[in-house]
Amino acid sequence: MEFPYILEIAYLIASVTFVIGLKMLSHPDSARKGNLIAAFGMAIAIAATLFLYKTGVDSSIYILIIAAMTLGTVLGFFAAKKVKMTAMPEMVSIFNGMGGACAMLIGLIEFPHFIAHPEPLGLLAVLGGMVIGSVSFSGSIIAWAKLNGTLNKEIRLPYYNIINTGVMILTLGLTGAIVGGFALDATIVYGLCALALVYGVLFVIPIGGADMPVVISLLNSFTGVAAAFGGFLYGNKVMLTGGILVGSAGTILTIVMCNAMNRSLTNVIFGAFGGGGSAAAGAGSADKSYKDISISDTAVLMNYSKKVIIVPGYGLAVAQAQHVIHELETILEERGIEVKYAIHPVAGRMPGHMNVLLAESSVDYGKLVEMEEINGEFSTTDVVVVIGANDVVNPAAKTDPSSPIYGMPILDVDLARNIIINKRSMNAGYAGIDNDLFYHSKTSMLFGDAKSVLTKLVAEIKSM
Amino acid sequence: MTGIFEFLYTNMNMVYVVILSIFVGVEVIGKVPSILHTPLMSGANAIHGVVVIGAIIVMLQAESNNFVILSLGFIAVVLGTLNVVGGFVVTDRMLEMFKKKK
Repeated sequence: MEFPYILEIAYLIASVTFVIGLKMLSHPDSARKGNLIAAFGMAIAIAATLFLYKTGVDSSIYILIIAAMTLGTVLGFFAAKKVKMTAMPEMVSIFNGMGGACAMLIGLIEFPHFIAHPEPLGLLAVLGGMVIGSVSFSGSIIAWAKLNGTLNKEIRLPYYNIINTGVMILTLGLTGAIVGGFALDATIVYGLCALALVYGVLFVIPIGGADMPVVISLLNSFTGVAAAFGGFLYGNKVMLTGGILVGSAGTILTIVMCNAMNRSLTNVIFGAFGGGGSAAAGAGSADKSYKDISISDTAVLMNYSKKVIIVPGYGLAVAQAQHVIHELETILEERGIEVKYAIHPVAGRMPGHMNVLLAESSVDYGKLVEMEEINGEFSTTDVVVVIGANDVVNPAAKTDPSSPIYGMPILDVDLARNIIINKRSMNAGYAGIDNDLFYHSKTSMLFGDAKSVLTKLVAEIKSM
Repeated sequence: MTGIFEFLYTNMNMVYVVILSIFVGVEVIGKVPSILHTPLMSGANAIHGVVVIGAIIVMLQAESNNFVILSLGFIAVVLGTLNVVGGFVVTDRMLEMFKKKK
């Protein structure tokens, strides 16, 4: 190291930008600037490592590193720029998986040094990064596949929690045995890595519905811890501070998200949201009747209302109907009808996801009302239009203790005078639970794809 | 037991850094509004991309003829950079939507 002071100062600056960046990210006004500050610090830390960490490195290696960084930058940049706002949660998950895989590879490359010269703490740092990175990597890939629908089958293993816990204990035990010097062998380390990958899959596979973002957030903090182990391995303070910061902030964020849904973390991990309820859904819906409503009747109903509340859900997002909904809102307002949006904390696929989607179609930020504030307004509302949302309006969360979503706060749409629900069919929602609201006497079902239904509705109201 | 004390003593700096970072991380998030959960998660996601520095170190320390390490390191650097660049860009795109409209 020829310039150790400059390198250490660069790391110090980067660590400070991470703290400032995270702090600013938790306030709406400063968030964007905070993100840029953290990115700037990251660039300094990476550049300093590249040029100051070691001198006399063969130029062919520099060419390789820069080629790898260019490739990663181009791929990352275009993937991030091209991804649709609706697919954002998948994207976050996949990037998280990449970080986990990076930590896993570092562990795989570094462990042979310790086979020759066993040293418990070094081994712990190497294996810790490798194991946690692997869990985070395979878990994130499963989360990605579940979110984009590649993996949509209900997967139930018998004694699931026992198998899962068993694999976890085996992974920890094996790590302990290797660190303790009882099983210092390359094959066993590869086996441990494979076991950690399996655990990541087992960990995420039973989780679904509104619990997905919680798990992504948890995996996010895992990758942070994996990065911190790398920091210990190399005595690198920026990896240590950056990793631990994300690890602890991510854990807190995970808990905050759980609280927003009134669920405990253990419930999320072991409760298998969207499990048992689906069986009851098929049986229960047969003897219940619902009524449907035509587009022109909906138009008339809305046109003669004083107040309309729109409840947007993921169905709106997949249909790319966020622009049409804004058009509907504008037309109704021109006729003196008050229009608001009711935003459930977990509407969409992640907390805050719906706000992002609606903001994209230039819906005025002031019209997006959070659950606690809008719940008191439903009783004075003429029409509630629920578009592609199921679980966030399901009264079972309040009335049915056996329901997997019992206890989750919901939007009290059943207090409104008329409820119109747009869905493509009577199928159960994302969490796979039936919804009694659909059979309520005040409810009318408006079937069809959100975008085409809303477009026709706008045309119908315009002609009145 | 003495081993643990010895470890704490020789790595005192690192131990301080870890403990203080945990508190800073918890403190910094504090009361975050739910509308910012997704961008915040994504921003934190980009920050743990700092792991790419480890991948760069792996490559800097490799012999120029050790192709196994160099190829694995190459993949690690690509993945780490993807995490960093993609994470920050995606977060910026989300936050861009939050700007106040007239």
